[in-house]
Amino acid sequence: MTAQLLDTPTARLVPASGGWSSVTEHLLLQYRRVWFGSAISTFLAPLLYLAGMGFGLGMLVDRTAGGIAGVSYVAFLAPGVLAVTALQVAAGETSFPVMGAIKWQRTYYGMIATPLRPREIVVGHQVYVLLRVTMAATVFLGVAAALGTVRSWWALAAVPVTVLGGMAFATCSYAWSARLDNDRGLTLMFRFVVMPMTLFSGTFFPIEQLPGWLQPVAWATPLWHAVDASRALSLGTATAGGILGHVGYLTAWLVAGLVLSVRILQRRLVD
Amino acid sequence: MAGYGHPVPASPPMILANGLVKAFGDFIAVDGIDVEVRQGESFGFLGPNGAGKSSTMRMIGCVSPPTAGTLTVLGMDPRTQGPQIRARLGVVPQRDSLDEELTVEENIWVYGRYFGLPRSVVKERARELLAFAQLTDRARSVVEPLSGGMKRRLTIARALVNTPQILLLDEPTTGLDPQARHALWDRLFRLKREGVTLVVTTHYMDEAEQLCDRLVVMDQGRIVAQGSPRELIDRYSTREVLELRFDSDDHGDHLRSVDGIADRVEVLPDRLLLYTRDGEAAHSEVIRRELEPLSALVRRSTLEDVFLHLTGRTLVD
Repeated sequence: MTAQLLDTPTARLVPASGGWSSVTEHLLLQYRRVWFGSAISTFLAPLLYLAGMGFGLGMLVDRTAGGIAGVSYVAFLAPGVLAVTALQVAAGETSFPVMGAIKWQRTYYGMIATPLRPREIVVGHQVYVLLRVTMAATVFLGVAAALGTVRSWWALAAVPVTVLGGMAFATCSYAWSARLDNDRGLTLMFRFVVMPMTLFSGTFFPIEQLPGWLQPVAWATPLWHAVDASRALSLGTATAGGILGHVGYLTAWLVAGLVLSVRILQRRLVD
Repeated sequence: MAGYGHPVPASPPMILANGLVKAFGDFIAVDGIDVEVRQGESFGFLGPNGAGKSSTMRMIGCVSPPTAGTLTVLGMDPRTQGPQIRARLGVVPQRDSLDEELTVEENIWVYGRYFGLPRSVVKERARELLAFAQLTDRARSVVEPLSGGMKRRLTIARALVNTPQILLLDEPTTGLDPQARHALWDRLFRLKREGVTLVVTTHYMDEAEQLCDRLVVMDQGRIVAQGSPRELIDRYSTREVLELRFDSDDHGDHLRSVDGIADRVEVLPDRLLLYTRDGEAAHSEVIRRELEPLSALVRRSTLEDVFLHLTGRTLVD
């Protein structure tokens, strides 16, 4: 009887490290419990945005101004909201869940007691976020296409570029969340970073409408780059140089956020 | 793991610390301790909160680099071989770190995957471990509503998924009711019988007496005594203790009246402790002197008395 626990065939395997993929796997298992509700809202969000803003508000814009930049408002709006959706999913998955894994459920402390290193925890978490953001962006594009707002096959290329935009923010949001001692900082992030960025990064109107001093601020945000690239690809006005510039800028954010996240989590979990 | 259950006498120590120090800024949590833990033994760190036990455990668990001194765990250096060491440790932290949204068995699966064990193995292992932790009928329940004792048993089961050579338990039964504590000790005894090296921290003297073959008493980052529970009691206390409670705000007032009854007297806020070889004889003397305490109790000395003698303070306050 006593030999059963530690002398079984399964017990004799030599343990090593599961690497980042074991962290991703954990988060996917967690996601399985909420996937239905999450899938519904992934589906509904683009519908509501495009129906309410695109067709409702769009009717007014098209009638009074003749659309924006030569296209109907809904065609202008859809690629922008695609980028916003990627951003919001990215922010959602790298804010409260990160704080929870450190402060509330402390699951990261369980991980760090195994061969996993902070680097693998960060990467494993971000790969999960990548999957989530990709799914949300793909569903969005499908809904937008079904509503007839997509005009070019190039719009398919808007998915990776908006996913990159989401991930560029995800790594920074992760670094910020991993540093915090309570969730006030998260509320601040949503209220004073995510929300204004959503409104003023060219999603709903061209940033040329902003006061001159605000335009450079919009240029600095990762969201504007994702919106601009997404829109250019969707409307078929993209230039190779323009897209490369956006991709380069977003990649720089992503890498900086990743490096910072690893350093912060290391300091947090190992002291 | 051919070595399980068959301790090799000449084997190197599982854990060896020399002059181990942990400082956080100006605060010295662990102040130069020497520890040697041998294969198959159950080793304890006994001390009050803040004595440096958890800091020591975290250094052994390779999640807290030592500030000074040397430390080897399983013959390796935690500074450079953390992941390799952690692959062979089981850690039961002071506060649970279970994923409360997952089920009991899912918690073991994901944990086994952290160690790179194949999925099929992890599922099989979960069955064995849940049987051990007496949680088989809860395998598919979500963790969140389980009792504290069940969560603790799950944490222990989870820590065994990689068949660790050393199991580190930081305050394993703090916050549990007596029944849950005994159920947990019973599981730990079984592991000990199977030859797992246990390292336990506790501020409960009964836990230390129950679980530990050998222990060190820690206070303010230092080791103040070490030995088996029996040796420590023999060395630092008397066989019996007479506890007297008086209707009085300051029990120090009664010191003079019990003078000469016992070898040594300790004054606590709510009682006097009279250390003597024969508690009944001391009690008779109290009655003969007509001291009339509210209550009088004769008991055996415990590690609590050892700690009180060594530091002048109680373990749990």
